[in-house]
Amino acid sequence: MQTVIQVKNVSKNYRSHHVLQNIDLTVNKNEIYGLLGPSGAGKTTLVKMIAGIETPTTGSISVLDSDMPKLNTMTQIGFMAQSDALYGELSGKENLEFFSSIYGLKGQKQKERIDQASDLVNLTNFLQKPVNQYSGGMKRRLSLAAALLHDPKILILDEPTVGIDPVLRQSIWDELYKLSKSGTTILVTTHVMDEAEKCNQLGMLRDGKLIASGSPRELKDNTSSTSIEEAFLYYGGVHHAN
Amino acid sequence: MRIKALVIRIIRQFVRDKRTLAMMFIAPLLILTLVNLVFSSNDYEPKIGVVSDQQMVVDKLKLSDKAFIVYQKRSEAHQDLSEEKLDAVLEVELPSTTITLEGSNPTANKASIMMIEKTLKTMPDQDTEKIKLNPEIHYLHGSADMETFDYIGPFLIGFFIFFFVFLISGVSFLRERTTGTLERLLATPMRRWEMVVGYVLGFGIFTILQSAIIVSFAIYVLDIMMAGSLWLVILITLMLAITALTLGTLLSAFATNELQMIQFIPLVVVPQVFFSGLFTIETMADWLQPLSYIMPLTYGGEAIRDIMIQGDGWGDIYGNVLVLLGFSLLFMILNVLALKKHRRL
Repeated sequence: MQTVIQVKNVSKNYRSHHVLQNIDLTVNKNEIYGLLGPSGAGKTTLVKMIAGIETPTTGSISVLDSDMPKLNTMTQIGFMAQSDALYGELSGKENLEFFSSIYGLKGQKQKERIDQASDLVNLTNFLQKPVNQYSGGMKRRLSLAAALLHDPKILILDEPTVGIDPVLRQSIWDELYKLSKSGTTILVTTHVMDEAEKCNQLGMLRDGKLIASGSPRELKDNTSSTSIEEAFLYYGGVHHAN
Repeated sequence: MRIKALVIRIIRQFVRDKRTLAMMFIAPLLILTLVNLVFSSNDYEPKIGVVSDQQMVVDKLKLSDKAFIVYQKRSEAHQDLSEEKLDAVLEVELPSTTITLEGSNPTANKASIMMIEKTLKTMPDQDTEKIKLNPEIHYLHGSADMETFDYIGPFLIGFFIFFFVFLISGVSFLRERTTGTLERLLATPMRRWEMVVGYVLGFGIFTILQSAIIVSFAIYVLDIMMAGSLWLVILITLMLAITALTLGTLLSAFATNELQMIQFIPLVVVPQVFFSGLFTIETMADWLQPLSYIMPLTYGGEAIRDIMIQGDGWGDIYGNVLVLLGFSLLFMILNVLALKKHRRL
């Protein structure tokens, strides 16, 4: 199995505030790795460091065998931020054109990729509308499309399905499975416990510490839990001494 | 009850935003101090060259005020006048008396005429009767019917362009940050300098349009005096706009919301008004004058004035263009460094 993301003993402090402490995790090729944790656990900081936006205070992160942050490696990463980083004055199409141009896509190739990505998120019919007329869910989907445009080897999604209706959420997950089968490695953060079950591998993050990791099944079996939520409670130290 | 809750919330927000709080109290003090310094300064002291064949008149003038500088040759006096070393030349060659004013600055014109009249009045009657008769007044630049707007107009053009470009570019760069798109861009392989240059170019297109429109409007609609080349004025205003653009985007790095961006106006933009040439810098307190050297609007305002009133050409103003270019480059480099705060690479 090929290691795509390797996080080694990473800590991150903002002044005296410890956001992340001694995180070690490995993501392999084709995996869908889920970072599960409540808000404030440090999920966003961790994925931002992996994406190359932030740098760790101590420890190292390597992506595709090169140390982050590195601009060259960043061309292989598709990043969907937690806030919909879109230009409200522009139409959906103009937004996608902008982001694809940054990755050097142009002409026919650009058009194809925009068509594919917007079809994937069911936005083809709304591409001409200005983004500030989009609903919250539509903005999420457009952000996802923008992250997919350049066909990245690694997809980093920060809370991708917030505000998206269950039917569409299912179809987005179906697409993520397809992408992962075709060779894309996916790192996704979520605070929704049932969504975590859909990942191949899980990392549980609480108060800046990685409290457990493994496949959803392992995590449940090891704690004799019936759900991920129970397992999380167990690892979080809120279990009954019996 | 709800109103009370709202009031408490607003007070809390204010207390947390120390910057806005400080701005409310300190900025007005700063502006008041500046205005006070500018307007309570000494009166303008004109420098007047004297050329005369009447030795007695020359001696009297020299004794009466240090404003009078005696020249032997008429040509030398006029040379200094055209180089702005003098504000006026007084020629007393009986039977005629001529005053030639430099003409660009109405304040200096008025001060020179008043000084000459006042001094001639103090002279014994038998000397002055011959002189006082009818001093002819000539203007090197401008004319007696030059309106105040002709004088302040060039600065206002420069100022308004500076002001609006500064604010708009600053706020839009700031919004890039507050809406999360800056972070999104930093997740792409886009380099920091590319972002800065992109902003300068993108906005640059609009500032070219803006400069052309404002300058043309002032000249053709407002009928402001225009002795030089329209293209040079547009060039200077464009350079000024790019300086404002780069300064605005740079300072937006130090603001967390639109309100804080607006707070830079009294700190950064308003002080420049006092040094742009709208007010005579020579009459300010001595320690205040060097400040004018670090203000971009000084160079822009001066160049626009010289082109529009004195008809200066490229040879006279290219220095100012270079200084503005230098300011822009400096601000761009600093902005690239300021973006390091958001991404190390």
